[in-house]
Amino acid sequence: MTAQAAEEIAARDFASIVESHRPQIFRFLLASLRDVDLAETLTQECFLKAHRNWNSFRGDSSAMTWLMRIAINLQKDHWRNRRLQFWRHTQANAIGVDEASDWLPNGERSAEQQIAAREQVAQVWKAVDGLSARQRTVFLLRYVEDRELSEIAKTTGLSEGTVKAHLSRALARVRAELRGTR
Amino acid sequence: MSNRDKLAEEIEDPMVAGALKYFKASVNAWSEAAYTEPRTVVRIARHNWRLAATWALGCMLAAGSLAGGLYERHQRQELARIEASKAATKAAEQKVALERKAAEQPAAAKIVTRRQPTAVKKEANENEDLLATVDSDVSRQVPAAMEPLAQMMDSSGTN
Repeated sequence: MTAQAAEEIAARDFASIVESHRPQIFRFLLASLRDVDLAETLTQECFLKAHRNWNSFRGDSSAMTWLMRIAINLQKDHWRNRRLQFWRHTQANAIGVDEASDWLPNGERSAEQQIAAREQVAQVWKAVDGLSARQRTVFLLRYVEDRELSEIAKTTGLSEGTVKAHLSRALARVRAELRGTR
Repeated sequence: MSNRDKLAEEIEDPMVAGALKYFKASVNAWSEAAYTEPRTVVRIARHNWRLAATWALGCMLAAGSLAGGLYERHQRQELARIEASKAATKAAEQKVALERKAAEQPAAAKIVTRRQPTAVKKEANENEDLLATVDSDVSRQVPAAMEPLAQMMDSSGTN
């Protein structure tokens, strides 16, 4: 990205950045944590952090990649703190896999199709639940946020090869779950 | 099989692709619903008893540590006092013993000095006796030993 582009990004109004990227950051955090309140809190923290460091954002990557990186780090910090505070109830507000799979858009599908879809979604959630934090992040960025591999690599700080390896393992797990071989 | 091939195969799997499509739609629907849901600020009910218990435990630990420290210090002081007392007693005993010894020594010296003239006299007497014995022995032997020579002297004198 050129210096001019970076200046353009720096010149943007921060409010418009929040407006355009906030739903995606919230969605990613929600899918990662399955906790609406926590996702909301971390989204706010993410934009607060971004606002504080807005002047230091050089525009080497897109604003979305930068924000997503902040969100991933916040999520990591959160789990690290949770691990240290082991006496607290972890995932106190996180909803279960079955409850999360209740959410389906109102399509024109039949009742049977909706049940089958819900079942599949539950199985994917179950598979996602069994992934490592890094695999889950890569998986969600690819299949929920539709990010390119190069962008995922930039966001997570991993090489593209490592991203592919994580995706491959995550997909293998999803497939095994769907086929009932796990 | 490389990762890229594996990935392509997984995506081509219609069951996986369909499930992933539903999954994405589900996450989107949930996220939109949660995002647009009006938020109400709820006062967080603080667990006062937890805070109180934490404080109480903290205070107890602090008090325990303090009491333990004080007790330990007191014990040490008491031990040191006892040791000092023992040492003082021992020193006093030694002093008394030394004084007693010192008091006994002049008496012994007096006895020695009181007895000294008698001993000297006795010694002098013994010496005199010894000398007398030696004198008597010598006076008896010498003439006997010199007798032939004396006789020779006499005879040559007469010749």
